Amino acid sequence: MRGARSIRGRVAVVGVGETTYYKHGRAPQPEFALALQAIRRACDDAGLDPRQVDGFASYSNDRNDPSRLAAALGLPELRFSNMQWGGGGRGGSAAVGNAAAAVAAGYADCVVVFRALAQGQFQRFGAAPPGGAVSGEAALTFPYGLISPAQRFAMRVMRFMHDHRVRPEAQRAIALASYHHAQANPRAVMYGRPLTPEAYDASRFIVEPFRLFDCCMENDGAAALVLVSAERARDLRRPPAYLLGVAQGSEYRNAARGHNAPTYASASFTTVAPHLWETAGLGPKDVHVVQSYENFTGGVLMSLVEHGFFAPEEANDFLTPENLIAPGGRLPLNTSGGNLAECYMHGLELQIEAVRQLRGESTSQVPGARVGLVISGPMVTPVSSMLLGSGDAL
Amino acid sequence: MPEPDGLDRPYWEGARAGLLRVQRCRGCREFQWGPEWICHRCLGAALDWVEVAPRGRIYSWERAWHPVHPALKNHGPYIVVLVELPEAGGVRMIGNLLGDPTQPVPIGAPVEAVFEPHDEATPPFTLVQWRRIAP
Repeated sequence: MRGARSIRGRVAVVGVGETTYYKHGRAPQPEFALALQAIRRACDDAGLDPRQVDGFASYSNDRNDPSRLAAALGLPELRFSNMQWGGGGRGGSAAVGNAAAAVAAGYADCVVVFRALAQGQFQRFGAAPPGGAVSGEAALTFPYGLISPAQRFAMRVMRFMHDHRVRPEAQRAIALASYHHAQANPRAVMYGRPLTPEAYDASRFIVEPFRLFDCCMENDGAAALVLVSAERARDLRRPPAYLLGVAQGSEYRNAARGHNAPTYASASFTTVAPHLWETAGLGPKDVHVVQSYENFTGGVLMSLVEHGFFAPEEANDFLTPENLIAPGGRLPLNTSGGNLAECYMHGLELQIEAVRQLRGESTSQVPGARVGLVISGPMVTPVSSMLLGSGDAL
Repeated sequence: MPEPDGLDRPYWEGARAGLLRVQRCRGCREFQWGPEWICHRCLGAALDWVEVAPRGRIYSWERAWHPVHPALKNHGPYIVVLVELPEAGGVRMIGNLLGDPTQPVPIGAPVEAVFEPHDEATPPFTLVQWRRIAP
């Protein structure tokens, strides 16, 4: 797989940018203005004029049209635009992969990956859509109160925890790690709002097995990354974060209707993760820090298993706050606070944090981090994940 | 309630009549649920709707507390079950577990279907719910 058909080391993230992160509905500007601000900040970070951008990639049906962005930014020409299918954060790593593929193939030279959300302007994810009658897949689920994302995915996690005797403390450790890291991060929406084990245990159930703190926030903001070829990256002002590998997809019949996936108790990385490791020529032991999308903590749990960090039967022992917290933990996880406590930027804040770790600029820095893993959107297929490395990792 | 393209109409018509129906491939005899236009195993297009035993066992479950729709306010908690039908090739169906919403829910426990008519709806429809039975 490696070689001509691997993306390893061929493209780099050279700039990252984000707006202030807001509670949902609190952004002072419309979503499109937030997108422009994040893109401009990412270009500033890279030391590039925004008019050198010639492509856009996004995911989750982002509403901010690439042609309007190109017009607003005065781009001389637009050479690449790409939307990764599907809602949720599943496409965060795939969008980076799509942008990188375009650069590697010569379709474009400088591609921005972005995501913008202003939910005061638009509908929230955690609420049911308005209206009465439903049909198709929804007719198999909505009448029974299986509506919101938490409700759609709780039964996958419940079965996994049953099969492998995973205790609630494993999910709790993931939530505590995110909140712990957010206390060091002034950008985080939950900065200054620490979470204790007692407060977690006392929190209400949203849908068993998920308590309030197992579920992501919903937020307003925008985030962006700039990608160029590895050759060009070496001439820019920031240390490049090289893409070492990216993979997307799902297992056999994952979306069989009415929850009939043969591999049901899964984050859906059972086939994707092996492709990621193969294309990068790396394994879980090579990773120094992980950013793993928390739609729900149980999704993180299964994602880490499927990426090979521990066996399901080891989850209770591995998933402790001490193991997951930077700088000294065995596997520092979600070091900016992630979707639970930094910002639910549909996961793209995780890619930015992975870049910060490689630059040595995280607010919860892992000393000497050279390889970072980002996992996007567990259970919401097609899922995706990616590996970034510093120059030393090549 | 039935899908406008007609794919799952026989299921909903069966439920109105108190029958549990799923698809079965005429060629390779594979059971299939949810409905699809072709058989996932042999890709044949000849799919019959067959009546299956309204019995299964709990494959997974969840108890929902947070009302995500205005119609659910003050109706929680409720239990959703994913029921595996051993007598229909192991296909799974979603429904609510009837009875005490705070009851313990053992994975693997046997259940039977309960047909819950909603005659006042336009058009009327019947939901397939589940209740625990003795092993």
